[in-house]
Amino acid sequence: MTSPLNQPVGSVRKAFETAASGTRSAVIIGAGHAGLAMSRCLSERSIGHVILERGEVANAWRHERWDSLRLLTPNWQCRLPGYAYNGSDPDGFMTMAEVTRFMDDYARFIDAPVQAGTTVTSVRCRGQEYQVVTDRGEWFCAAVVIATGAFNKPVVPVMSAEVPSSIKQLTPRDYRNPEQLPDGGVLVVGGSATGLQLADEIQRSGRSVTLSVGEHVRLPRVYRGRDIQWWMDAAGILDEGYDEINDLNRARHVPSPQLVGTPERRTLDLNALTARGVKLVSRLMAVSGNRTIFSGALSNHCALADLKMDRLLDRIDNWARAAGMDKTLPPSQRYPATEVGASPCLTLDLEKSGIRTILWATGFQPDYSWLDLPVLDRKGRIRHDGGVVDSQGIYVTGLPFMRRRKSSFIHGAEDDARELSCHLGNYLDCLSSGQKWSAAG
Amino acid sequence: MNAQQEMVVNNGVNVEAILEARKALTDTPEAARFQWRATCDWVNGTHSRSKVDGFYGLGDEQRHHTEFRFDTDHPELLAAEDQGATPVEMVLVGLAGCLTAGIASVAQNRGIQLHSVRAILEGGMDLQGILGIDSDVRNGFDDIRVNFEIDAEATRDEINALVAQSQKRSAVFDIITNPTNVRVTVK
Repeated sequence: MTSPLNQPVGSVRKAFETAASGTRSAVIIGAGHAGLAMSRCLSERSIGHVILERGEVANAWRHERWDSLRLLTPNWQCRLPGYAYNGSDPDGFMTMAEVTRFMDDYARFIDAPVQAGTTVTSVRCRGQEYQVVTDRGEWFCAAVVIATGAFNKPVVPVMSAEVPSSIKQLTPRDYRNPEQLPDGGVLVVGGSATGLQLADEIQRSGRSVTLSVGEHVRLPRVYRGRDIQWWMDAAGILDEGYDEINDLNRARHVPSPQLVGTPERRTLDLNALTARGVKLVSRLMAVSGNRTIFSGALSNHCALADLKMDRLLDRIDNWARAAGMDKTLPPSQRYPATEVGASPCLTLDLEKSGIRTILWATGFQPDYSWLDLPVLDRKGRIRHDGGVVDSQGIYVTGLPFMRRRKSSFIHGAEDDARELSCHLGNYLDCLSSGQKWSAAG
Repeated sequence: MNAQQEMVVNNGVNVEAILEARKALTDTPEAARFQWRATCDWVNGTHSRSKVDGFYGLGDEQRHHTEFRFDTDHPELLAAEDQGATPVEMVLVGLAGCLTAGIASVAQNRGIQLHSVRAILEGGMDLQGILGIDSDVRNGFDDIRVNFEIDAEATRDEINALVAQSQKRSAVFDIITNPTNVRVTVK
């Protein structure tokens, strides 16, 4: 068997591109932004690799998102190693078609060795190598980069099985637009960016929406004249490292902030939705037939989010003052507390209240069902230290707060890919020189 | 670091021990399985006496230092002898104790010195429920209000955050606000 090390790169690589099997120093699984960023960084180090992609470049953006979705980060922030947005609307937000084009252009720009339409069915350890089995062949390599993303499998609570069959149930992966839904009321479950955006557009379509929210993160789109992402970036919040956070596990699992990317740069929060007629209920705790029960903790969920937002705005104001920007910017402001009402609804009869659809915007999780390595914890999460997985030569990338707060953002891929490709390169050097590998993350 | 943070904050909570336990129980989830118990004997009329003594946790049987006893009864205006708090008042007692313990712990962890904490609780109830007068009225509280008066070395927002965090981590708050399956059997 050929050694996976010291494989040809650059023009010689071309000859391999149509092959469905082979040997490389590294295999990247997934051609989303994180996988492409990693590919670029490996190429810079002349590390021979292939990217195995179940569909096409940017597959999830292309095929698994709803029609109206735009990025939550402004265009000026869209950058990948050696590449950045250079269009005429830096403050705008890309549609999914635009994101797909951006990724396609990037894949061409870096000459990414993508094997499209190739589904990985197994990754196994074979001595010092890994065997990556796909539906089209198999690859041997010394290192594997898992770049399949954090958002591929919708999480739906088990109580969904108790919902009567007369009610249509779907997840954001299957949802495209309101026309797909039956007429009548819609219960949207989930208070993250997804839940709020879908509640908003479904309510606008004339269907009356009930929105169930638990713990959530509230943010204004624009603060003191600048996009909230600008502030988070400038004040160093997005660069906070995973080793600087006192409760990393919690930081890695906070819901995505309630944001929407629109040409008007509008703020989407619970108050905006209730003003539009959306009915707010707390976290859905139980379903039995047509009867639903919601938690009695809605006012605390909202109080926690309001307080957390104010702490962030305090931090931003302090930073702006220290940076000498206070005089040149609009004054600081605070937003009205989230309106909950004195007695929020605790139980709802789905049929009597006219609800015909339940949309489970209850989050996504990575799918590692193909990963035949003992690297998952008891909750099915991959064990890693800043992307360096608990199995030599295995790396993961693109997860929330993986190495820093921005890790799951498009622009967050670059710093992570640089550091992980350096680690990966050192590992390969070590293997090829026959030294014992002992470097820690 | 400012002068306030340098002061030794003491709310009587051993946060280090709690954080150590948290870490230990993260690694040994089976030790985190606890079972809380109470036994109750009927005395007479609506008067009962409950005892709390043993519980299970950290993989073993555990005991309180002493056995605690609680009398429950109904007030005289409900034709009872008023030998103790009503059971629903005991629920308020549980909620108050839990939220207040949470506030002290979170304050200690955040380096906030408490001077005084008082919670005033009110639970609204329509007796047409338990008396079977109107089947549309539920038996239990239709509304619980908790009002805290807190004197602490902290800003208003920091105090609000303490109260919010203690609700987020409170067992009794969760028990009251979310459904729990209850199995009642007869031997």
